Amino acid sequence: MELKSNIPSGPMAQKWEKHRFDMKLVNPANKRKYTVLVVGTGLAGASAAASMAELGYKVKAYCFQDSPRRAHSIAAQGGINAAKNYCNDGDSVHRLFYDTVKGGDYRAREANVHRLAEISVGIIDQCVAQGVPFAREYGGLLANRSFGGTQVSRTFYARGQTGQQLLLGAYQALERQIGLGNVEMFPRTEMLDLILVNGAARGIVTRHLVTGKVDVHTGDAVCLATGGYGNLFFLSTNAKHCNVSAIWRAHRRGALMANPCYTQIHPTCIPVSGEYQSKLTLMSESLRNDGRIWVPVQKGDKRSPQQIPEGERDYYLERRYPSFGNLVPRDVASRAAKAACDEGRGVGPGGLGVYLDFGDAIKRLGEKTISDKYGNLFEMYERITDENPYKLPMRIYPAIHYTMGGLWVDYNLMSNVPGLFVLGEANFSDHGANRLGASALMQGLADGYFILPYTIGHYLASSKLEKIEPDNAACKSVLEEVAGRVARLLAIRGKRSPDSFHRELGKIMWDHCGMGRNAAGLQKALQRIPELREEFWKNLAVTGAGDEFNQQLEKAGRVADFLEFGELTCTDALHRNESCGGHFREEFQTPEGEARRDDDKFAYVGAWEWKGAGQKAELHKEPLTFEIVHPTQRSYK
Amino acid sequence: MKLKLHIWRQRGPREAGKMVTYDVPDASPEMSFLEMLDVLNERLIEKGEDPVAFDHDCREGICGMCGIVIDGIPHGPKPATTTCQLHMRSFKDGDEIVLEPFRAGAFPVVRDLAVDRAAFDRVIAAGGFISVNTGNAPEANSSPISKKSADLAMDAAACIGCGACVAACPNASAMLFTAAKVSHLGLLPQGQPERASRAQKMVRQMDKEGFGNCTNTRECEAACPKSIGVEFIARMNRDYISASILDRPEVEGGGGA
Amino acid sequence: MGGSTGCWVRDFLRSSIGKKGVMATTGLMLFGFVVVHLLGNLQVFLPDKHALTEYGHMIKSKPLVLWGARLGLLVIVLLHVATAIRLALENKAARPVKYQVRRWREADYAARTMMVSGPLILIYAVYHLLHFTTGHAHSNFNPDDVYANVVTAFQNKAVSLVYIVAMLMLAQHLSHGLWSMCQTFGVNHPKYTPTLRFASIAIASAIAVGYISIPVSVMLGILK
Ligand SMILES: Cc1cc2nc3c(=O)[nH]c(=O)nc-3n(C[C@H](O)[C@H](O)[C@H](O)COP(=O)(O)OP(=O)(O)OC[C@H]3O[C@@H](n4cnc5c(N)ncnc54)[C@H](O)[C@@H]3O)c2cc1C
Ligand code: HEM
Ligand code: HEM
Ligand code: SF4
Ligand code: F3S
Ligand code: FES
Repeated sequence: MELKSNIPSGPMAQKWEKHRFDMKLVNPANKRKYTVLVVGTGLAGASAAASMAELGYKVKAYCFQDSPRRAHSIAAQGGINAAKNYCNDGDSVHRLFYDTVKGGDYRAREANVHRLAEISVGIIDQCVAQGVPFAREYGGLLANRSFGGTQVSRTFYARGQTGQQLLLGAYQALERQIGLGNVEMFPRTEMLDLILVNGAARGIVTRHLVTGKVDVHTGDAVCLATGGYGNLFFLSTNAKHCNVSAIWRAHRRGALMANPCYTQIHPTCIPVSGEYQSKLTLMSESLRNDGRIWVPVQKGDKRSPQQIPEGERDYYLERRYPSFGNLVPRDVASRAAKAACDEGRGVGPGGLGVYLDFGDAIKRLGEKTISDKYGNLFEMYERITDENPYKLPMRIYPAIHYTMGGLWVDYNLMSNVPGLFVLGEANFSDHGANRLGASALMQGLADGYFILPYTIGHYLASSKLEKIEPDNAACKSVLEEVAGRVARLLAIRGKRSPDSFHRELGKIMWDHCGMGRNAAGLQKALQRIPELREEFWKNLAVTGAGDEFNQQLEKAGRVADFLEFGELTCTDALHRNESCGGHFREEFQTPEGEARRDDDKFAYVGAWEWKGAGQKAELHKEPLTFEIVHPTQRSYK
Repeated sequence: MKLKLHIWRQRGPREAGKMVTYDVPDASPEMSFLEMLDVLNERLIEKGEDPVAFDHDCREGICGMCGIVIDGIPHGPKPATTTCQLHMRSFKDGDEIVLEPFRAGAFPVVRDLAVDRAAFDRVIAAGGFISVNTGNAPEANSSPISKKSADLAMDAAACIGCGACVAACPNASAMLFTAAKVSHLGLLPQGQPERASRAQKMVRQMDKEGFGNCTNTRECEAACPKSIGVEFIARMNRDYISASILDRPEVEGGGGA
Repeated sequence: MGGSTGCWVRDFLRSSIGKKGVMATTGLMLFGFVVVHLLGNLQVFLPDKHALTEYGHMIKSKPLVLWGARLGLLVIVLLHVATAIRLALENKAARPVKYQVRRWREADYAARTMMVSGPLILIYAVYHLLHFTTGHAHSNFNPDDVYANVVTAFQNKAVSLVYIVAMLMLAQHLSHGLWSMCQTFGVNHPKYTPTLRFASIAIASAIAVGYISIPVSVMLGILK
């Protein structure tokens, strides 16, 4: 199989404009003859569904929450990037493009990233027009801040609730179209499979989570905007119900899964407090601007932090990276914390934590200044841990946060399956091996508002799509498969809950395919996961029935998919014999312990093809070329 | 900690529900309230019993999916805190805790503690937006907004649509939720063109959904996890009354396409 | 979006906020009456014992004004009461299944019992009309001497007690009602709201004190 990225020719800065002209258009009167299915109503899905409905397409949208407003995009705190250069500090489309390619550790497509940077500007205009209450300066104009180690201030934000406000903007646009009858919304409806007819994506099979009814929905194209798969690790900063099922089911129907091993870890999360822990809470990275990270010099030092004298504290980031200190990038900070804990110097319950100490900052700037800057974060920390960070240092630990991998798509956001489009975190496209802060929101909205509505028109206008009825043979057979699978999950009646399997899988993934990976560990995981999967299908306990609101059944289906997907993730991680971005292979590091890329061998997108249950997935490579941003090794010394 | 839970169990919207008592012998003060329920559910599954259904997703207090009435207070005893952000240290060893769903005719029970809040989406669909198509927007900085207005709009926009206001209101009124959106958009220059019609359409839909009438008892404000104040209700009343009296009749219906 | 009748007045009056508007408007008028009536009644304290009686005669000498006002008042009361009943029924229907346990945090007693204090005031008002206006409930009623009617009535401790309790109900009703009225009309602003809340309680109390001073003064023998 050849992977055609369909990147337009021409100079980088003109590709998108040229492409927009070259693409075919659908006559306005014909648009309403097309039905587009949009699965997922996060930033990417809601913006796409609303925009396509505005254009005149008939849209059906799906989400598993009780309302489209609750997609996980709502939880993004920090902000959204855009190359507006409002701060006059030298930002430009080109700089945002450059930073993103470099930040992605040279594993993203330049053309996609350039388009993203171009579009970023229009996103902010659109959101403001929708009423997103971005932070403002006293003069009434938009405020910006710097974020994630960039040297310019290009991040727009709405208090600590940027994702929420952006999502509500898209959600309101979507609700408007629902009210107008242009979008039919299916909340509490989970996509469980993809229907292909003549090789093209023509429908989905869903289960209504309240009634349990399994149904076929057909259309002319299917868009997956189903978010990231961070919950593969059980504990992550993602919402509890985030899952891989939609894209995994599409993968099993032929869509290629690209770079699943690129997972991002966030260094400043609140550590685990006990066995029952159900998720991890992220705290803004901005804390590292004033907090100092340390662990005790001695192993297993059980004294309270105040009793440990200055001389017995190891400010390891400041020690190892004198010029960047506590502000090294996410992956570097995360690995350093893990290293300290692996040495037995971790703090807090289970020894999985390091101190983030504001003692000096409070002495220097006063409690008032610190509380003005971080008051709400301190409050959140205290709410969860019951410790007062003004008095005691915070305890933090890294956690899985974002997944760069996802279904492979071309420049048009279409997967290798014709008519199957993938947007937002669910695709692999723009962040390479590492995503910069405040760029995911930008990408989701770029995909949904400004890219898909154009490219889908081109697909529809240039394809011959006959009408499909839900009782078509292809639809019926997928429907039966799904119903059979649901029945199988219910029939096991074993002893272990879905959560207990998920927890165990998560631990395997975290131990062997987490912050640091090595061949031996990955091989171990590749052995353990199939065993666990086998046990799952023998000993799973799902109570209740299929034709009712059954949260355990939902969960079981998702865990079943994670159990397959985890294996592919480890396979990908094992094959990629280099370290890049979020993928750190311990065998491949510089003498200083930094990630060592291997551009000669691995400057490609690794896209995996499903070959059937129990078969090895097949790797396809899309080579990456760099016309403008030439790869260099990162250094933060 | 040892706890006794009295939980409302109800299989479906049309079935009758009842309180059932469960013991949780080993809660820890560090657990979140929902983690405590997870532990209870794991145990019920082990015994082959149906676990307690409750909605949740982000567990960070932002998605608005969770919501349980705990000892007669929606989201429980801690002010400005969602159920998922409540921790067991807010309770004492030996406590008996009563768990009920958000109760309102407009929020039918889906199962146990989970309810259907689709009525909120319909209130938004009726007018809770600014009609601007993608691509139609002027340059973002072309209309300055005073910081105070932007901040106040943000206060209102912080609503997570959880429905605790309805659950807390003695009349099951959705005024706080509706007012938060009317105010958020009404405070911004972009929201002005539709300000009058928005208030009218949203209130009409709110009434149609069968929520009760506000008698200004302010329970909603006390229960709101985002501390949204009844000041916004007054603002909506103002908008609604003046729109009813002064707005010119519409020439043509529709949501502003 | 459905629900529109085409006539804005009907739409408005059918809406929840419109109904609240009716409550608040009629409430405001009733409040106005209560204040004016109080000022009229306080004439009992004037040194001229006939002031109150003459005031009564003065009003009764203009039947058109009197009956106009009575009719207006009746309509207002009917509207206030009918709307209150409608609101209460709708509110009950909005929560078909009650909570097993309920705890209040902001709603004070007065706010929660408007539907108790209101009807009690109504019952009181009927009794009061039979008492002072028609005389049916008055043991020695003299249609020509209002002052005497008041004094003789309150010399009976039971009657005074009824009045005092009724006035306390009124105070309670207004302590929430006045603030609620402002809120319904959209008067709420961080600068003024705390004052407003305080003022409604203060004004409600002042009215009650004003009214109660009359039976109390009679019982203490200050008014004879
Ligand atoms: C705590 C946190 C903070 C973050 N902060 C930032 C930040 O500051 N800046 C930034 O740029 N990025 C941030 N991110 C990342 C960013 O929020 C996400 O990458 C982005 O919002 C993903 O959007 P999405 O539309 O792709 O998916 P989501 O918002 O996750 O939406 C997924 C949708 O798919 C639906 N769905 C999924 N599976 C199915 C199925 N099988 N059937 C039907 N529906 C389905 C869901 O119901 C949901 O509607 C943060 C992420 C986290 C976890
Ligand atoms: C101590 C308290 C009160 C006293 C002494 C008092 C006294 C009187 C008197 C003497 C009259 C007859 C006037 C006349 O016929 O000339 C009257 C009439 C009336 N009072 Fe009161 N009153 C009191 C409180 C109230 C209150 C609280 C209300 C309202 C709720 C009220 C409502 C009325 C009404 C409706 C009338 C009839 C007016 C009419 O003639 O149409 N009174 N009152
Ligand atoms: C002299 C008599 C009365 C006065 C001065 C009065 C005044 C008021 C006022 C000012 C309000 C506030 C309106 C608002 O909330 O906006 C109110 C509310 C109310 N009144 Fe009365 N009222 C009187 C009699 C009654 C009677 C007789 C009833 C009962 C049947 C009644 C029932 C109510 C109820 C239930 C409310 C609550 C509505 C709400 O809080 O929104 N009232 N009243
Ligand atoms: S107003 Fe408050 S309580 Fe009501 S839905 Fe919004 S956040 Fe929840
Ligand atoms: S509690 Fe209910 S009565 Fe009004 S002020 Fe809030 S909606
Ligand atoms: S689970 Fe999202 S707000 Fe509680």
